[in-house]
Order: sequence, then structure tokens, then C-alpha cells
Amino acid sequence: MRRYVAGRLLQATIVVLLVTTVTFILVHLAPGDPIAVALDRPSVTEEVRQRYRAEFGLDRPVAEQYLRWVGNALRGELGFSFSFRRPVADVIADALPRTLLLVGLALALSFALGIVVAVLQSERPGGARDRWLGRVLLVLYSVPDFWLALVVLIVFAYRLPIFPPSGIVDPVLHDYMSPAERLVDRLRHLVLPVATLTLLATAAISRHQRSALLEVMPSDWMRTAIAKGLSRRRAVRRHALRNALLPSITLAGLYLPALVSGALLVEKVFSWPGMGLLAANAIASRDYPLITAAVLVTSVAVALGALLADLASAAADPRIRVG
Amino acid sequence: MSADATVPDPIDGGIGAHPMLRALVRDSRTRIALVVLLLVALGAILAPVIAPYDPIAQLDIERLQSQPPSAAHPFGTDPYSRDVLSRLIYGSRVSLAVGLGSVLLAMSFGIAVGIVAGFVGGAVDAVLMRFVDAAISVPRLLVLIMVAALWGRLGLVPLTLLMAGTGWFGVSRLVRAETLALRDREFVLAARALGTPVPRLLVRHVLPNVLAPALVAAALSIANVILLEAALSYLGIGVRPPTASWGTIIEDGAERVAELWWLTLFPGLAILVTVFACNALGDALRDAFDPRQLPRGSSDAAFASEA
Repeated sequence: MRRYVAGRLLQATIVVLLVTTVTFILVHLAPGDPIAVALDRPSVTEEVRQRYRAEFGLDRPVAEQYLRWVGNALRGELGFSFSFRRPVADVIADALPRTLLLVGLALALSFALGIVVAVLQSERPGGARDRWLGRVLLVLYSVPDFWLALVVLIVFAYRLPIFPPSGIVDPVLHDYMSPAERLVDRLRHLVLPVATLTLLATAAISRHQRSALLEVMPSDWMRTAIAKGLSRRRAVRRHALRNALLPSITLAGLYLPALVSGALLVEKVFSWPGMGLLAANAIASRDYPLITAAVLVTSVAVALGALLADLASAAADPRIRVG
Repeated sequence: MSADATVPDPIDGGIGAHPMLRALVRDSRTRIALVVLLLVALGAILAPVIAPYDPIAQLDIERLQSQPPSAAHPFGTDPYSRDVLSRLIYGSRVSLAVGLGSVLLAMSFGIAVGIVAGFVGGAVDAVLMRFVDAAISVPRLLVLIMVAALWGRLGLVPLTLLMAGTGWFGVSRLVRAETLALRDREFVLAARALGTPVPRLLVRHVLPNVLAPALVAAALSIANVILLEAALSYLGIGVRPPTASWGTIIEDGAERVAELWWLTLFPGLAILVTVFACNALGDALRDAFDPRQLPRGSSDAAFASEA
């Protein structure tokens, strides 16, 4: 186990190093330097520009800039956001928990839903229910994330104004509400983005869960269970499911990058002020420090999530840690 | 006729005879997917002939407003008074070009890396696969966002290259695993014993056997790239305007999404149908290539006793 954990930690470190290096190279290769946009005004003279370049260390050798940048990033020093006029770290500290809430809720709900659907499908593989659920899931799997979000927005926020279209709380009334009403207000704002993301994730998760279930179906112990006289349903639920659940912990880690990408787009559609909306706004205002930091923080969060998932499945399954 | 032993029997050796191909052709998903993809491809190729208007012409320059669907404009017009149907037809070119181009590149590179890593093994394998493991865990959309944000909107070719550069990790891991399993199989050992040079061994004996899983991955990859391209365009960092792409049309209507529903609905359905076809084809291919799976409709091995 110790060896497995060490190896996996090393791998997570490589991910973080790779991401920081690539980010740095990209920023460095990009036309103009990080402060060019902020200083892109006719009133700014060349002399001022040089002074700022010196102040931000942009006139130093590339290697030194890189080490300094990595060192700063490791200490949580992510630079200054030109569009928010606040330190990038503060801006991200506000946005990250909101994205984690969205992604966490969607992950939990879609796992519950995905497993139920996969079990329903696997009781009679190739049967009518399996095929129809499979088709519906394949459609859902093929829907563009942002488009599903837009359709949900149009239908459930505009045509049938049941839920609020954007934000995390009511911008006007929230301050005048009682604590209970505030909670309801927050929950009502969560419904559409979480539902959209859950639907998208369920499609992916149940597809994998179904193949994990079908994988264990031909095992000897399944044949024994059937031979003992267990019904299909019981055999799947009591025996196959338990053995097929374990790979889905790893799947959670593997699926995380896609889920986070989906969350970024869903946030943009529902104006949910998390990392995705932050990144979208940072692109629009060409706020380089904010964009690079958002990419960096999100990638590191994803790497950590995958690491946790792998460690959890190694803790649960000796076959994984022994190798 | 012993020299012809490897050639399929000409009598029942037609396309339908191979069990894999037969399973594939019988699969309703294959047929639906091929029809859809053929239609989309025809639309893309014949766009100048079938599109009713110029996709970038602003038709009503005086009022410049978005009109709902009508007889003259079945899918309406966008806020720049351009015909949405024509933009939709031309938009298929972007999706298909980026999808096919980047996946072709990514697959070639990924297969090469996978075969080399799997066959050579040792340090080469370790380094390559550690890199792939790391790269695979970075959300692709984030990398694309950052590049597009730093360089500005990309042209078709750079966008295709970017998609290819970020799209080969999965297939290389897949192909490596297959190669690893093939390395010690009898026919590979036999070829080695006969003194076949390694490059020839890899191309003639290993490559054909890893193509099936790579083909499945390719179909699913095209779907993924089309979705990513649409997402980038929706975020306003896809192909340069005024080029029409499905995601761009949606973005043009995004500010007044409740009113201008036709700008969201029709391109979204186009993306959905095309991506669905690619995914369905990928699934059908996977089921056809996977010998463990029984023909559809029959019950699973574990349940053979019951029923």
C-alpha cells in the first residue's frame, strides 16, 4: 500500500509540474506579455512600460522567471487580476467553493442515478429495457453541455418561470429574507445548474457502470448465484453490483476532468459565479493572470480529486495496491 | 491453393460474411449513424449548392434584426440578419473538418506512441505513459481556453492542430495496452524468430491488430471534438467570425436566448444529431469487435441457464 501511495503521489506531482510548465510556456509564447493588455493605452509611454516590466520581473531570463513563477504559485501568490482589481488568489477563493458545491452535488446525484439506471439495464442485457435506456443515455451523452443548459434555462426559467435563471441568490430580495427563506432562495438557485450537470454526468456514469456490471456477469460466482436459484434481479443487485461498484470509484476520478469542463460551461449559461464564469469573464476582458491562475487551480483540483479517488479504491481493493 | 489460406474464401468472402462486419451491418445503430453522417457530409460538400443564401451576407442591412422562422427563412435569421439555415449548412464544414482532421492526426500519433511504448517497454514506456497519465487528467477544455485566450481566436488549421495535440493521449494508452498483450503472442514471436526487422514487425503484425480498438476510439473522439469546438465557439473563442460554425450561431443568440430561441434550437439539434451518430457508430463498432459480447437480443452468458 505504501508503495502504491508513493507512486500515485509522484504521479500527481508530475501532473501539477506538467500543468505549471505548460501554462508558463503558453503564457510566455503568447504574443505580447502579461501586462501588455493592462498598459495598452496611448498615454502609457515606453518608459513606463519598461518600468513595469522590470517591476514584474519580465526582463529577467526565462529560467529565472519560470522558477520564480512556480515558487510564487506554490505559495499561493497568483498575481493581480486587472479586471477585478484584486489579487487573483482572493478572486479564486470566492469562486472555487461555488464550483466545488456544484460539481460535488452533481457527482453525488449522478452516481446514485447512474448506478440505478445501470442496474435496471443489466438485469436483462440486450432486452427491451436495456436497449431503450441505452438509446436515451446515448442521446444524453451526445448533447452539448452548454446547449442542454440553454434549453433547460429557456424552458424552466423563461417559458415556465419556475426557477431563477441566474446567480446564486436573489440579487434584490435576499438581504431582506429570514434565514429559512435565504436557504430556500439558495436551493432554488442551485436546482437548474445542478440538474443539468447531473443529467450530463449520469449519461457517462451509467454507461461505464453498465459495462462494469456486464464484465462481472460471466464470473463463476455469478453462475453459482444463479445455480443456487437466485433470480436475475437478486443476483445482479446482491452479487454483481457489489463487485462492479469498485471500478466506479476510479471512474469518478477519471470522469472528473469532463465533469469540470461541463461545469465551466453550465456556470457560464446560468451565470453561476464559480471558476467557469470567472474563466469566461477573464477571457472576455483578456485578464491573463486570472486566466492562467484559473486554469492552474482547476487542473490541480482535478488532479487532487483523481488522486483521492485512486487512493480510496486502493484502500478498498487489495488487488489494486498489490498491482 | 495452400498459399491462399489467409485470403477469405471468395464464395462467402463478401463484405457481409465476416462475422464482425455482419454484426456491424445488422446493428441498427450503424445504419442510423451512417445515414446521418452521409447527410451531414453531403451538406458540407454541397453547401454552396444547397444553401439558400450566402451564409455571411447581411440580408436586411437597414433593420438588422433577427426574424423568427418563416417560409423565406425556415430557421429564421440571426441578429446580423443572416440566414440561419444557410449558416447551419456551412457550419457543418467547420465541425467535420476540425473533427475529422484532428482525429486523423491524433490517432496516427497516438497509435505510433502506443505501439512504441508497448513494444519497446522499459524507460521509454515509463516516461511516455507517465506523461500521458498526467496529460489525460487535465480538462481539455481548459487547455483550449487558455490557448485561445492567449492567442485570440484561431483559424481552422491551428484549431485542428490544437485539437489533435490535446487528443492523442487516450488512444496511445489504449494501443499500448493492446501492444503489450500482443508482444508475446505466437505470431509475433514467430515473426521475430524469422528475423523480421522491428519496424516491419510493428507495421505488418502489430498495427493491424490494434486498429480495431483505435477505430472505436476514433469514432468517439470525433464526437468529442465536435462538442469541444462547439463549446469553444459558444464561449466566443472558436473559429473567427464571420465564418459560420454551429457553436457560433448559438453564441450569436445567447444574449437574448429566451426570445431568439431559433438560434439555440436548430444548431443545437444539428450538433446533437451529428455527435449522436458518431457515438452510436463508436458503440456499434465496439460491440462488433468485442468477442465477449454476444449478439444483441440473446441473453448474457451468466443467464444462459435461466429463461
